[in-house]
Amino acid sequence: MSTQFSFHGGVHPPENKHRTTGLSVQTAPIPAELVVPLSQHIGAPSEIVVAIGDKVLKGQVIAEAAGRISVNVHAPSSGTVVAIEKRAVPHISGMQAPCIIIETDGEDRWIEHQGLADYHTLPKQELIDFVRHHGISGMGGAGFPTDVKLHLGDDHIVNTLVINAMECEPYITADDMLLREHSDKVIKGIEVIAHLLQPSHVMIGIEDNKPQAIRALELAAKETKLNLDIVVVPTVYPSGGEKQLIKLLTGIEVPTGHIPADVGIVCQNVGTTAAIYDAVFDGIPLISRIVTLAGEALAQPHNMRALIGTPLEVLLEAAEINQNALYRLVIGGPMMGFTVESQSIPMIKTTNCIIAASYEEMPPAPPANPCIRCGICEQVCPAELLPQQLHWFAKGKEFDKAKQHNLFDCIECGACSYVCPSNIPLVQYYRFAKSEIRNEEAEQRKADHARIRFEARQARLEQEKADKEARRKQRAADAAKAQAVKKDKAATSPDSDKAKSGEPDLKALKTAAAVSRTKLKKAQKALQNAQDKELDGQDKLKATVAELEVKAEAAQQAFDQAQNAPAPAAPVLDIKQLKTNAAVARTKLKQAEKALDKAETSGEGDIEALRVKLSEQQAKTVAAQAAYDNAESGGVAANSVSNEKLEGLKADMEAALGKVNKAQKALDTAIEGNSPAVEKMKAGVEKLQAKYDTLKAEYESTQNLAPTAAVAVSSEQVADLKADMDGMAAKVEKAQKALDVAVESGSPAAEKMKAGVEKLQAKYEAAKDEYEKAISPLNSVPLSIDLEGLKADIEALSGKVQKAQTALAAAQSSGSPAAEKMKAGVEKLQSKLDDLHQEYAQAGGQLPEPEPEVIDPKALKQQVSIMRTKLKKAQQALETANEQGDAEDLSELNAEVERLTSLHDEAKAAFDAYEKTQVDKAAAEGIDLKQLKIDAAMARAAVTKAERAAKKAREEKVEDLSGIEQQLVVAQQEAEHLNQTLSRFTD
Amino acid sequence: MALIRTSSPHLHKASSTADVMRLVALATLPGLAAMTFFFGWGTIINVMWACLLAVGFEACIVKIRKRPLGFYLKDYSAIVTALLLGLALPPFAPWWITLVGVFVAIVIAKHLYGGLGQNPFNPAMVAYALLLVSFPVQMTSWAEPFVLTHGDSWQVLEFTQTLGAIFGSVDPALIDMYTGATPLDAMRHRGGLTTEEVWRTVPVLAEGIGAWHAVSAAYLMGGVFLIYRKVFTLHTPAAVLGSLAVISSIFYMLDPYAFADPFFHLTAGATMLGAFFIATDPVTSATSNRGKIIFGIGIGILIYVIRGWGGYPDAIAFAVLLMNLCAPFIDQYTQPRSYGHAKAKRGMKGGA
Repeated sequence: MSTQFSFHGGVHPPENKHRTTGLSVQTAPIPAELVVPLSQHIGAPSEIVVAIGDKVLKGQVIAEAAGRISVNVHAPSSGTVVAIEKRAVPHISGMQAPCIIIETDGEDRWIEHQGLADYHTLPKQELIDFVRHHGISGMGGAGFPTDVKLHLGDDHIVNTLVINAMECEPYITADDMLLREHSDKVIKGIEVIAHLLQPSHVMIGIEDNKPQAIRALELAAKETKLNLDIVVVPTVYPSGGEKQLIKLLTGIEVPTGHIPADVGIVCQNVGTTAAIYDAVFDGIPLISRIVTLAGEALAQPHNMRALIGTPLEVLLEAAEINQNALYRLVIGGPMMGFTVESQSIPMIKTTNCIIAASYEEMPPAPPANPCIRCGICEQVCPAELLPQQLHWFAKGKEFDKAKQHNLFDCIECGACSYVCPSNIPLVQYYRFAKSEIRNEEAEQRKADHARIRFEARQARLEQEKADKEARRKQRAADAAKAQAVKKDKAATSPDSDKAKSGEPDLKALKTAAAVSRTKLKKAQKALQNAQDKELDGQDKLKATVAELEVKAEAAQQAFDQAQNAPAPAAPVLDIKQLKTNAAVARTKLKQAEKALDKAETSGEGDIEALRVKLSEQQAKTVAAQAAYDNAESGGVAANSVSNEKLEGLKADMEAALGKVNKAQKALDTAIEGNSPAVEKMKAGVEKLQAKYDTLKAEYESTQNLAPTAAVAVSSEQVADLKADMDGMAAKVEKAQKALDVAVESGSPAAEKMKAGVEKLQAKYEAAKDEYEKAISPLNSVPLSIDLEGLKADIEALSGKVQKAQTALAAAQSSGSPAAEKMKAGVEKLQSKLDDLHQEYAQAGGQLPEPEPEVIDPKALKQQVSIMRTKLKKAQQALETANEQGDAEDLSELNAEVERLTSLHDEAKAAFDAYEKTQVDKAAAEGIDLKQLKIDAAMARAAVTKAERAAKKAREEKVEDLSGIEQQLVVAQQEAEHLNQTLSRFTD
Repeated sequence: MALIRTSSPHLHKASSTADVMRLVALATLPGLAAMTFFFGWGTIINVMWACLLAVGFEACIVKIRKRPLGFYLKDYSAIVTALLLGLALPPFAPWWITLVGVFVAIVIAKHLYGGLGQNPFNPAMVAYALLLVSFPVQMTSWAEPFVLTHGDSWQVLEFTQTLGAIFGSVDPALIDMYTGATPLDAMRHRGGLTTEEVWRTVPVLAEGIGAWHAVSAAYLMGGVFLIYRKVFTLHTPAAVLGSLAVISSIFYMLDPYAFADPFFHLTAGATMLGAFFIATDPVTSATSNRGKIIFGIGIGILIYVIRGWGGYPDAIAFAVLLMNLCAPFIDQYTQPRSYGHAKAKRGMKGGA
């Protein structure tokens, strides 16, 4: 015998077992109708394999196991399937479940069946399947499919097989009687299980209140070769609980949330072992079981071997029930069993006891007193919980605390309720709390699921929206680019590179820098101009220049900073772009070379500057090529360039630029003062410039190497081109101005200068072309093509319209009857044209020629001549008509002639007007209209500024008002003067 | 006949709260008898008077709370409260002392907190502490055992005279003859004497201490009976008595002249009554077995501390009340280790 252990708590309810052990196990009568539920076990309900009207034999499979945890169901007796429907089943909820109803024929004819000759020779898997096919599930209470437990040896090390013969609940004696009468079957069944699980030790736990059963067992156990112990333990409820039994026999606790197999133990009920014996040795499936019929309402309480599916009333009648005394009908034991309301429900595989209790035997629970925390429940709790605390928590719905107090370790044995002096239905509270917590958790899972779904949906919608927005933005950007290209072509505005470069911030800064540079240059020019002309307000202009210088520097710095800042999001090197850059740079280099050659051969122009430019361009080309090569070769070397180096170079470059600027200024001053050192200074400036250029080139090449600067490269080059272009424009303007001065002073060199100006103009054009070329790859090509297409369409259509109009006019003039039709056609065409125009405008293009300002002189002329011809024709017709005296025709023709005359006059007037503007323009060409305009604007700005200064001074009561006022007057005079000059040309 | 539908278990042990209370009441009888034997009829009269008042107050308050009167009166909880209070009061305590005490115990300490099972403090001890603080004179004049007044022959103040003394119809001077210092008083207010000198010189210690020993023995009997009947477990009384014995032993060993011996602490005064009948009140004590041990140790230590250095010679009431205050906190940290759990849980999840 092994050492005995004990578990905590337990109670000793009156056993009431003796009344049912007096008689041997009787065979219950075969009922007229068997009600066999499909789900008598834990797991999936079995699947019906018979149909209504089928004849079935005893032991025939009528429903097959469905899924891993399921067993077969067999016909308990022979007969006919009369119905397959939902009937009330033995369940705590009183629910209905699908059942097969068999009308028995009373013959109880067996289907052919036989046991295994020697189960040892059978593979284990086949033996387990044999058990499964014989419908064996746990007969202790829960009804867990036995074959699943027989598989536990597969993935667990089973040391101990525990056989539960405790039968700790009062009243029940089914296992006791089984052991008394068939303990050999039990032992042989245990041998089968041991063969499958190979435990090192088998223990049969039995309470000491069954001495006859113990004796029978000991006798039977003498035969076995197993290492088997029959452990007799003191009677205490609930020692038959699996976990309590294990603790009792082995001293081991099954950890919470685990199964006994996790600690190397498998538990089986004695009833199950006997059923396994029947199946394996005799081939008898689980179609009957021993059930205890107890209770004071029965005159003949005893144990019966009854067929599964026998309605309770048949059994109760067999036990001679006194229906009047029946008060409570309990299935299972009095501690954990459940009440049923109907006697017509069937018994099933797990029904071990039916108690027909009288009122006196099981009176209704008295009303509950308040809990006085006496703690008796705690003393009896076999799970070592604090039942009274759990009760408080369940009552107060503090489920978190209940869970924390291990509510789910409660086995609902009912010991606490049994002892509670306050008659509190504690188990009911725990069931309530458990179901509430389960519901809450289910709700939580549902809510979580819904939330996840919702979030996923939101994310999806957001993504769709973002994609849509991105597409829209892309379209808008493409359109804007196309527009910008168009604008550049149309107007060559210096600021037209807005919204073009790859990086928005950088681009904006760059634009700002370029704009300030342009402004600065303009202001410098104005200052120069003013100085040259010895105009008033030079001081003012100088101040403006200084201010602008500061601004330009700030803008440049901001831009540089932005550019130097590491761009983590910078896209990867665009090799194609770099290639284009290199090509562009090469072209530029060639152009610059050509220009230099030209200048050298003609001995004119700023050769020095061109040279510098050439060297600069060379450096740039080299850099661009290097960048391209680098990128092509994988751009690994690029990493070697540190930002620090870049910054150092940049600082150097800036310093050099500052020097150049300073020198340039000094040079300017010297020139103004006609200093003799001008030549020398010029050389110095050039030297400095060259130095600066070298540095710049170096910097740029380094920058090009840096991978992060990849995108900036292209835009920077464009900017350089632009700067070149701007510089060129400034030069042209300067030259123009010089020429103007020369012309005014009647200098003989005017002719020569003019030629120079023209040359510069050409250069400027070249630079502009280059710039545009550089820009164009940056823009979206496909859309512009589309635009081009549209434009072509429009032109074709407008040609058609014109043709049609001409034809119409001819028709009208000839008085053709088809004129009306033609008119409609023309209108149609015109509307089409309008549509196209609109489309074009929408696509971001600009409307082509047909704008009132831009008039095609040729077309005008043509129109005039056409009108003239028409008029002449009409006049001729009129004359003819006059001669023929056709009055009706005459008046008509007269009208026509008049109309044509007016048309002719109109066309002529339009032509004349155009010619006049041309003439005006030509006249204005002598003086730089643009420059004048700028000057005027500057002067006006100066006036405004002076006015503001004066106002401020007045407000602040500055004494030196006269100085400011004088300044204001000077500025006003200057503005007036410039305005007057301007108005002469703009009228 | 329709079958009833109900939840398991379908059996119930034939026990009730009333049974528990009746057992407790029964267990106090030896103590009551001993008190009467040594100190006269006063205790019995007090107990009867207190029970009468308790039932009256209980009935009133249950009525006011609109609860079923019979159901609540039958639980005997008011009787037990009154019993314990009556036993704790001085035998010649005036009638109104008991009245005030029972009112405080039943109405304020019990029902205003929600009735049986809801009160955080032991009602009898709340009442006792309130009376001790409010009426120190009446509460500290304890009866002298008959051995001091009449020698070896048993003679106590007559029942009618005692009744008259309690209900104010007898000259208080008569009562003075029968009252004196308790052993704890004597030990506390010894005026510079050593423990040994006090034992020799003060009559209540030299001659009358046997009365207290006997009463303590009677309460111990009752307590053992209740443990045997599983009304409560051994944990609390053992912890109270054990801790008191240990701490008094330590101090006695350090300085036997300045401190009393452990046996004196266990038997003089209400130690046994407190350990078996007051501290074991399930409603106001800790829940788990380990909790009960901590709870009991706290009471034992507090008894010694208050007796030795506090303002009152006996300290059961204050010690118990202070530990009542700690009980919910103790509960949080003394959950037992449940089956299948590696270790016990601590504290309270989600706030307490």
